[in-house]
Amino acid sequence: MNTRLRNAAPWLFPLALALVPLVFPDPYLLAVLTSAGIFIIGAISLNLLLGYTGQLSLGHVAFFGLGAYTSALASLGFDIGIGFGLRITLQPQPVWLGFIAAIIVAGGFGWLLGRLAFRVRGAYFVIITICFAQVLRMVALNWIELTQGPMALISIPPFSLWLPGQGVVPLYSKAQNYWLVLGVAVLAFIVVRQLVESRIGRALVALRANESLARSVGIRVTHYLIIAAVVSAGIAGAAGSLFAHYVRIVDPDVFLFIYTVTMVIMVITGGKGTLWGPVVGGLIFGLIPDLLRGRAAPEAQWVLYGVAMILFVMFLPRGIVPALASLKSRA
Amino acid sequence: MDQALQHLVNGTVLGGTYALLGIGLTLIFGVMRVVNFTHGELYAFGAYMTYAFVSLLGVNFFAALALATLCGVALGALIELVLLRSMRKADIDSVMLVMIGASLVLQNGEMWAWGGVAKLVPNPFNGSPLVFGPVSVLPLRLFVLVVSAALLLGFWLMLDRTRAGVAMRATFQDPETAALMGVRIGWVNTATFAIGSGLAAAAGALLGPVFMVSPTMGDLVGLKAFAIVILGGLGSLPGATLGGFALGFVEEYAGGYLSTEYRDAFGFLLIILVLALKPQGLVPAKERIG
Repeated sequence: MNTRLRNAAPWLFPLALALVPLVFPDPYLLAVLTSAGIFIIGAISLNLLLGYTGQLSLGHVAFFGLGAYTSALASLGFDIGIGFGLRITLQPQPVWLGFIAAIIVAGGFGWLLGRLAFRVRGAYFVIITICFAQVLRMVALNWIELTQGPMALISIPPFSLWLPGQGVVPLYSKAQNYWLVLGVAVLAFIVVRQLVESRIGRALVALRANESLARSVGIRVTHYLIIAAVVSAGIAGAAGSLFAHYVRIVDPDVFLFIYTVTMVIMVITGGKGTLWGPVVGGLIFGLIPDLLRGRAAPEAQWVLYGVAMILFVMFLPRGIVPALASLKSRA
Repeated sequence: MDQALQHLVNGTVLGGTYALLGIGLTLIFGVMRVVNFTHGELYAFGAYMTYAFVSLLGVNFFAALALATLCGVALGALIELVLLRSMRKADIDSVMLVMIGASLVLQNGEMWAWGGVAKLVPNPFNGSPLVFGPVSVLPLRLFVLVVSAALLLGFWLMLDRTRAGVAMRATFQDPETAALMGVRIGWVNTATFAIGSGLAAAAGALLGPVFMVSPTMGDLVGLKAFAIVILGGLGSLPGATLGGFALGFVEEYAGGYLSTEYRDAFGFLLIILVLALKPQGLVPAKERIG
């Protein structure tokens, strides 16, 4: 009975979350949880790199932003000149196609950045990843024909899904978007879990522990790092796509460093390299802004985030989930 | 051709302050192995302190520059003592995360204290440019160049001629051996972080009056400081000086001839290329670090 309960426990959590809109149909609460959920998906994807490969990737928001722009542009359509009098035109596509395109484009850039950045480690890797996100932000700001620059992409259509008995309907209500984000979050969680529990995951953990040793026993380090980078970027792209069709406006600020930092804080406080870490950290830091709203200046929130990051790294470097787990095993 | 000369002058002025920023960052990295994410915030801090002294307290402009730099030194020492001292044995990634936390606190603290509106720092210089044949330069910018050159020179003399400088260089090369020779590493670290921060604050104090002072001014600059340092080779002091001027010229020429909008992007593209193709930088440090 006990083991059965324990096996079922991970499924009870998303089930309980799925019931939230039925029990508390408060639109504000659902909006808060939905945006927290989008960031949790981002944190889950970052955890794959930060937690399981041990590479401090600080340009993660690049893939989130790429996903948001790809999905938004695919569903709005575009018509741009690419020089020599040639033009590329895309008619507006269905949103689900944009979602898939977001994953593919973000994953592709993940591969590219992986090829470039995994030649180096440590501080160099960190700085390449930050610069990558900065360059994309500059492109988003200045390639006005495609991205509208600071004027932002507006009137992005909401997600639409085929529902039994109703055909394809756009998801306008808060509860529908909430379920969609929850569903993608569960999928992302499962993808990451399958990956880290596979042969690939064991290779990643081995190279995190000791890269030279891993290399010496024949693990193709760069190959596995790039697999992790592509999967991580693809999931972040999916989160970006959800963001674009939920908020329905995308501007170059989606590439801001501060969003990467937010995801990093979620992963670090929750527990990097644990499956539940980003979920726990994401819930905490996804809900804090709304608890503080109206009580403190927005700057105060960021000061608090900064202090939390410092305190966690200095005093609880492994994060909340491993700390709780070790408490439990001691008891 | 005249335009090229004008860009050369502008690039030199810009490069001088970039070199100040880069030297501070690379010194901190070289001696302490700390990737300092607060560097850009110290730059902004220097600019705000100049504004506070000149506009709010009515201090003389030149005295305000010196005071702002000293405030930067003090803040740097404080950060080292409170955060970094206890983390000397920690791995480089943890220290990076702590410094990112600190930069969040500093930047948003500044935003909180000063508000989001950009401030103008009044200066005593004549607003009409000095004309030398085909090129013209504002007196204020010329002053910035002269002071940054003087600070760079002063810093080199300190490092080359004083006992503190010898201790820093020794720690730079090999902290353990330096400690065995009686160098007090703790104090060298504090002094290094304080001086590096002071140089960043000085750059901010000097450029604040040229541009505007705003809470986010440190964002881009912090990244540019990384660009400079990487261009020159992380941990190489001559490299940082060279990298500062190189970035100044790249921005000036690429901004002038290729695209104004992407002016700031060239620096970052350059870092990605340099790191991907020649990770040791243009002037590889003798002691490879990182």
